[in-house]
Amino acid sequence: MAFYRPARYQKPFVILLLLALLVLPPALYAWGQAFYIGFATRILIFALAASSLNLVLGFGGMFSLGHAAFFGAGAYVAALCMDNGISDALLAFPLAMTVAGLLALVVGAISLRTRGVYFIMITLAFAQMTYYLFVSARVLGGDDGLPLAGRMTLGGLSLTSDGALFYSALGCLALVMTFLGRLADARFGRTIQAIRDNEARMEALGYPVFRYRLVCFVLGGALAGLAGALLANLTGLASPNLLQWTQSGTLLVMVIIGGVGYLYGGVIGALVLLCLEEVLVGFTLHWHIGLGLMLIAIVLFAPRGVAALFGKSNG
Amino acid sequence: MAEALLEVRGLSRRFAAVDALKEVDISVDAGEIHALIGPNGAGKTTFIHHVSGALQPDRGSVHFAGRDVTRLSMHQRVAAGMARSYQITNVFLGLSVLDNVALAVQGRPDAGGSFRFWKPVSSEQWLFDEARGYLDQVGLSARVETVAGNLAHGEQRALELAMALATKPQLLLLDEPMAGTGQEESTRMVELIDHLARHVTILLVEHDMDAVFRLADRISVLVDGRLIATGAPEAVRADPDVRRAYLGDHL
Amino acid sequence: MTQLVFEQALNGLQFGLMLFLLAAGLTLVFGIMDCINLAHGSLYMVGAYFVAAAAQAADSFWIGLGAGVAGAAVLGLVLELSLFRQLYRRDHLSQVLATFGLILIANEAVRMIWGAQPLLLNPPDALSGPVEIGGFFYPAYRLVIIAFGVAVAGLLYLLVARSRVGMWVRAGAANREMTEALGVNVQGLFTAVFVFGAALCALAGGLLGPLLAVQVGMGESVLILAFVVIIIGGIGSIRGALVGSLIVGTVDTLGRALLPTLLRAALPADAAATLGPALASILIYLLMAAILFFRPQGLFPARA
Repeated sequence: MAFYRPARYQKPFVILLLLALLVLPPALYAWGQAFYIGFATRILIFALAASSLNLVLGFGGMFSLGHAAFFGAGAYVAALCMDNGISDALLAFPLAMTVAGLLALVVGAISLRTRGVYFIMITLAFAQMTYYLFVSARVLGGDDGLPLAGRMTLGGLSLTSDGALFYSALGCLALVMTFLGRLADARFGRTIQAIRDNEARMEALGYPVFRYRLVCFVLGGALAGLAGALLANLTGLASPNLLQWTQSGTLLVMVIIGGVGYLYGGVIGALVLLCLEEVLVGFTLHWHIGLGLMLIAIVLFAPRGVAALFGKSNG
Repeated sequence: MAEALLEVRGLSRRFAAVDALKEVDISVDAGEIHALIGPNGAGKTTFIHHVSGALQPDRGSVHFAGRDVTRLSMHQRVAAGMARSYQITNVFLGLSVLDNVALAVQGRPDAGGSFRFWKPVSSEQWLFDEARGYLDQVGLSARVETVAGNLAHGEQRALELAMALATKPQLLLLDEPMAGTGQEESTRMVELIDHLARHVTILLVEHDMDAVFRLADRISVLVDGRLIATGAPEAVRADPDVRRAYLGDHL
Repeated sequence: MTQLVFEQALNGLQFGLMLFLLAAGLTLVFGIMDCINLAHGSLYMVGAYFVAAAAQAADSFWIGLGAGVAGAAVLGLVLELSLFRQLYRRDHLSQVLATFGLILIANEAVRMIWGAQPLLLNPPDALSGPVEIGGFFYPAYRLVIIAFGVAVAGLLYLLVARSRVGMWVRAGAANREMTEALGVNVQGLFTAVFVFGAALCALAGGLLGPLLAVQVGMGESVLILAFVVIIIGGIGSIRGALVGSLIVGTVDTLGRALLPTLLRAALPADAAATLGPALASILIYLLMAAILFFRPQGLFPARA
C-alpha cells in the first residue's frame, strides 16, 4: 500500500460536481421537485459523516464500529443548544464538534490500547453504551429523542429554508474535503497512512504511534459531530437511533462501497447508498433484502469498493 | 573508566516454559563495533528486541547513555538515540526508496513532529535532500525513485540501513544486515558498516564470520540464551568454550 | 428484600448462562476462523422464530425446541457452505459488510414471513408455576433454563477440554496455521464449529422466547452483550466466555434491579431517578472498560 494520490482527473471532476451542486436547488425548484432539496442535503450530510469515518478507517487504518456515537452526539448537542438559547450555528456547530471530539478522546484513549478484532468490538460496545446513556436520560428525551424548536441561523442567515440549509451543508462538506485533501499530503496524513501500513516500523522510527492514532480518531469524531449537528437541523430531531450501532454499520457500508482510503470514498458511498435506498423503496417495501444481497455481492465480487471499479489505483 | 554507551545487566526473559535469555550482561563502548554472535536460536534477535524496547525483560536492566531505559517504550528509546535495522526486511514496500527514508527523517525529534495538517510534505525540500544524503551513503542514489518492493534483496537491506541512519542515532542495532545477501553485496555492506562506524556506535548481530572478524572491535557470544564469552576477537576465537559451542564449524 | 435479591441473582445466573450459549459459538468463530460475524444475533433471532413456529405447529414446547434447533443447525450449514466459507480468508472489513447485509436480509425475511408482531411462545404447562427453594420461590421454567445452561456448559467443557475434537478446536484458536499443518481437517472443523454455534444460538433463542418477546430485531441488542462477554473473557476461550457471561449476566441483572434502589437511598430523589436507569444500563460497559484497562486481551485470551 502507498500514500494516497488523487487520480489525475479528480480535480476537474470535483470542480464540475461542485458547480453542479451550486445550481441544484434553483434547478430543482424550476422542475417542481423542490422536495428533493432535503434529500440532497441528507446526502451531503451523510457524505460528511462517511468521510469522517473514512479518515479514521481508510487513512488511519482504525476499524471503528462505533462512529455513530460521535454522529449522534453532535445532533444532541445541536438540540441542546437550541433548547438553551444558542441558535447560532456559528456557536453551536463548533460546540457539537468539541463535544463529539471529547467523546472520541475518551473512547479512543481506552480503545486504541487494543488491536484487531478487540478494537472493533470495543468501539462497538462504547457506541452502544453512549446510546444507552442518551436513551435513558430523561432530560434528553429518552426514546423519542430531543426535538429542535426550529432551524438554526448561520451568523445572520436563517437556515429555515431548505435551500439555505443545503448550501450550508455544501459549504461544510466542501471545507472539510479541502481540509482532508490537504491533510492527506501533509506530515500528519503521511504519518497515519504509514502507521496504517506498518505500525511496528513507525514505532521503530521514533513515532509515538498511539498519539497520532488518537488525534486521527478525535478528528474523525469531531467531524462526525459536525455532520450530526447539520442532520439535527435537517430533520428537526436528535434521535437516539442515530447512536445505534446499526447506524455505525450504515456509515461503514458507505465508506466501504465508496472505497476505503480514497479521499472521496465517503462521498461516493453516501451518494450511492442513499440513492439506492430511494430507488429500491420504490420497488418494494422489503427493499432491505435487496440491499443486503447487494452488500454481499459487493463483498464477493467487487471487494475494493465502487471507487476501485473506476480504476483509481493507489498501490 | 568511561561508562559504556549501552549497558545491559542481568537481562532475563522467559517465554512460556523456555528461558530465552538468562542473566545476560553485555556492554557496548561508545565508538566501537560490538558483534553479537551465536548459533541459531541462541536468543540474539530476542536480545535486540529487549534493547530496542520491543520487548520487556522479566529481570535485568538496560542503560543507555547513562539513563535507565528499561521501562521506556520503543519510540522513546529511538528519540533517545537508538536505532535498529531488522533481520527480515521491514521497509514500506509500497513507497519509493526516497519516501521511506524521508519518513525516517520526518520522525526525528529535531524535525518538529508530524502534527502538521496543511502544508504538503512534498514542499519540504530539506527532508528529501537529507534523505538523499543517507541514500548516497549506503549507495542507493541510483534507486531513489524506485518503489521499495521492487528492489533487489541486497538493496532492501541497504535501505533498511539508510532508514536507521536517518534517525541520527548514537547506537545502531544491526540485526543480520548481511542476511540473504550475495558475495558482492556482502562486501559492500561490510565496507559500508566500517565507514559508518566512524560516526556511530554499532551493535552487530551476524552469522557471517568473515564480516564479524573483519569489523568487530569486541565480540560477545550468546549460546542458549546465556553469554559464554566476551572480549577481543582473537581471544574469543581462541576460547575453548566458544569453539566447542559454536565456532568449530565456522572457522 | 432478600426474596428480591435471591430472585435477581438467579435471574442473573440464568441470563448469564443464556448469554454463554451465544458467546461460546461467537468466540469460537472469532478465535478459530478469525471471522467477524455480525449476523450471529440474527441466528439467535431466526432460531427463536423457528422454535416458536414449530412449537405452535406441534402444540408442544419441547418438540418446537428440538425442531427449531435442528432447523437452525441446517440454516447454519447452508450459510457456512455458501457464504462464510468465502469470508474466512477475507479481511475484517469485508466480513463486517457481508454479515451486515445478512442482518438486513434476516430481519426483513422474518418480517415478511411472520409479520411485524411478536410471535407467541409459551413455556411448557408443567413448568409454568413456581418452585420452592430453601424458603424462597422461583419460577420453575427459569430453573430449567439454568439447568440447560449448566448442562451445555458442562458438555462444552467435556468437548473442548477432554476430547480430541476439542483439542483441535483449542489448537485452532491458538494457532490456525499450525493446526492445518498438523493435518487436521480444518475445513470440516470450521463447518462443525459454525453449525454448532448456530444450534446454540437457536437453543438460547428458544429457551428465552417465553420470557422475552420473539420479534424482529431481538438479535441486535443481545449481540452487543455477546461481544462484551467475549471482550471481557478473551477471544477464542470457552472458559473466558463462561466467566464473561456470568459476570455480564449477574452484573447487568442485579445492577438494573438494585442500583435504582441503592441510589435512592444515597441521593436526592430527582438525581436518583435520572441517574439510576442510565447508570444501570451502562454498568457492564463501564465494567468492560475497567477490565480492558488492566487486561487489554481479556481475562483468558486463547492467543498469546
